[in-house]
Amino acid sequence: MSDTLRLSSETDLPWSKIIRSEHNLLYLDFYELWRYRDLIFLMVKRDFHATYAQTILGPLWFIIQPLLTSSLFTILFTQVAKISTDGIPPFLFYMSGVVAWGYFSDCLTKTAATFRANAHVFGKVYFPRLVVPIASVITCLINFAVQFSIFFLIYLVLLFKGASLHPSFRVIVLPVLIIQMALLGIGLGCLLSSMTVRYRDLAMAIGFLTQMWMYASCVFYPLSSIPKDWQWVLVLNPMVPVIESFRFAFLGAGTVEIWQLAIGAIVSAILLLLGVMVFNHTARTFNDTV
Amino acid sequence: MSLSKTAIEANRISKRYRLGVINRGMLYQDLQSYWARLRGKPDPHAPLNPDGTESDHKIGEFWALRDVSFSLEQGEAMAIIGKNGSGKSTLLKILSQITAPTTGEARIRGRVASMLEVGTGFHSELTGRANVYINGAILGMTKREIDVRFDDIVGFAGVERFIDTPVKRYSSGMSVRLAFSVAAHLAAEILIVDEVLAVGDSDFQRKCLGKMAQIVREGRTILFVSHNMQIVRSLCSRALLLESGVATRSGQSDEVIRYYLRGKDENYHAREEPPVPGPSTPLFPSLLTLRDTCGNTRAEFHLGEDWCLDVLLDVRKAVSDFRLQVNVNEADNFCALAHSSKNSTLKPGRYKVSFTFVEKLRAGEYRFTLLSFSGSRVLHSLVSELVVKIDHVPCTNDPIRWFSYGGVVVSSDEPDVVPTTEY
Repeated sequence: MSDTLRLSSETDLPWSKIIRSEHNLLYLDFYELWRYRDLIFLMVKRDFHATYAQTILGPLWFIIQPLLTSSLFTILFTQVAKISTDGIPPFLFYMSGVVAWGYFSDCLTKTAATFRANAHVFGKVYFPRLVVPIASVITCLINFAVQFSIFFLIYLVLLFKGASLHPSFRVIVLPVLIIQMALLGIGLGCLLSSMTVRYRDLAMAIGFLTQMWMYASCVFYPLSSIPKDWQWVLVLNPMVPVIESFRFAFLGAGTVEIWQLAIGAIVSAILLLLGVMVFNHTARTFNDTV
Repeated sequence: MSLSKTAIEANRISKRYRLGVINRGMLYQDLQSYWARLRGKPDPHAPLNPDGTESDHKIGEFWALRDVSFSLEQGEAMAIIGKNGSGKSTLLKILSQITAPTTGEARIRGRVASMLEVGTGFHSELTGRANVYINGAILGMTKREIDVRFDDIVGFAGVERFIDTPVKRYSSGMSVRLAFSVAAHLAAEILIVDEVLAVGDSDFQRKCLGKMAQIVREGRTILFVSHNMQIVRSLCSRALLLESGVATRSGQSDEVIRYYLRGKDENYHAREEPPVPGPSTPLFPSLLTLRDTCGNTRAEFHLGEDWCLDVLLDVRKAVSDFRLQVNVNEADNFCALAHSSKNSTLKPGRYKVSFTFVEKLRAGEYRFTLLSFSGSRVLHSLVSELVVKIDHVPCTNDPIRWFSYGGVVVSSDEPDVVPTTEY
């Protein structure tokens, strides 16, 4: 009975949807996205289960990956190449870079696969397509949270052992940094995902691209090790101020200025806007071109 | 009821597809074209006519729909009928927002749920329960709406005992039943249904039909695509006929169906070339041929005679664990018998499957539904327009031989899927 009541009250409303060929590129139906919030969380749950079904170590992989990479970096860059770490214990220095970069690159590669991985579903059912990248970013956030807690644990242990770490009140910027990485990842991922619909070989370039980008993002060297005259070039990369701020907040050493963060935020915002616009445009006719 | 309001209003909807190569796939060529257009120079990559003049771009166009208009009152059930390739699916895709129209506009009042396929988003690693939730959410339900309907959904599909088992352990029938059940319990005011009834055994098909009739009685709006005129008559009060993308008739379903069937000649066709589906479909049947066991192409057979159906398959993308199922349906669309090919893994190319039917069917007319599976997932379904006719003349003069079939179960072999160069 309640169903019929709701039915009649809803039909008194004006048109709830108008489908036409042209549409406003900047228009984003936030109310609709909100209505599909349960789908976002169910997708996160599904991704999590599906990734670790029938694996031996399951979610332990989240922890093993950054630990192994950081150990490798410690041996490679500190012991062999003798790159400075701004006086921070090398393992923590690398792990901070690896964990932060890992979140961003996960967001980017997952989002960039949106159209390719969901071609079949997109061809059969309508739901706001942005649900998929949003769910990916949340899935990545869970991985990040696990990795970050391991980082934090090691951090606390070293702090009690008297290592020269200088935590400051600045750790409160962490959420801001996470949001910035997520937005940058979504924005660029949406853009790349839309472009791969047209140029398939881009899919292969993305892995390579993110790796190149990592080398330019202060993941295994501090910004201070770059000659002063050239630092501004690196700062144009929006990930550099993010990783430097992350280190500065937790480890007390890093080169970061407010204007650098601001540039990063502006670049991220522009990429996000552009990415979502192109993504929405592609989503409307995607099924005719695959 | 006097307050009935319009649920869907479609106003001159058209959809254009480009044929052939959609883009050249080379970024630098696209940039060259763009740069040339920007300077007002001729596009260096524009297709040329044989005489060297720039070709008319319109040659490669195809209008799947042309100025289709209709309106549907709240609580009405309307069928869209027409041949394969007449634009029915395109219209449903536009109304369910899977693709945008080229011109025209549709206004919709209320929530739309579309069932263009069963089981979209099913993940084989997840349990039945998890799949019900994710599939329901993809189709537009909130978690709470699924909670309320969960027991009904599972009960309707009859999989209570296996609901916490991963779907990969289900039989294909079970996962299809569960998927349909989710779709049948959607909480939307407007339902858009493609011929998904073509799956499942005949008991389940009857159950699905009953559910659809119930949905109509509940006063929800339904837009329904079907090839089966009997079902259309029983479910829908109105019908819209599409012919080559143009709406040629609309009105009372009886009257539209009569008009639609007018032109059908009495000869039974033994060959059918189904339309080529969109490029995202990994494989599709490209030619169906009915023949007798000696290889003569014909569609009318005698009582008790063995007959064959050859299916040519065009495989675009590699498919693993492939199986082709043919349902032979009686006039009321209930499956009289079903046959399946052997499971095989296919590389892109052309394949042939020959089904030989040795079961003794009653005299009458039968139609086919072809379902292509990969594991338990339906990759492609086709409602064929071929009709096989079994007449009342026994194939042999020996009545004893004919009657000896009574009560004996004769079953056809599962045919292989073999590569072929035939066209």
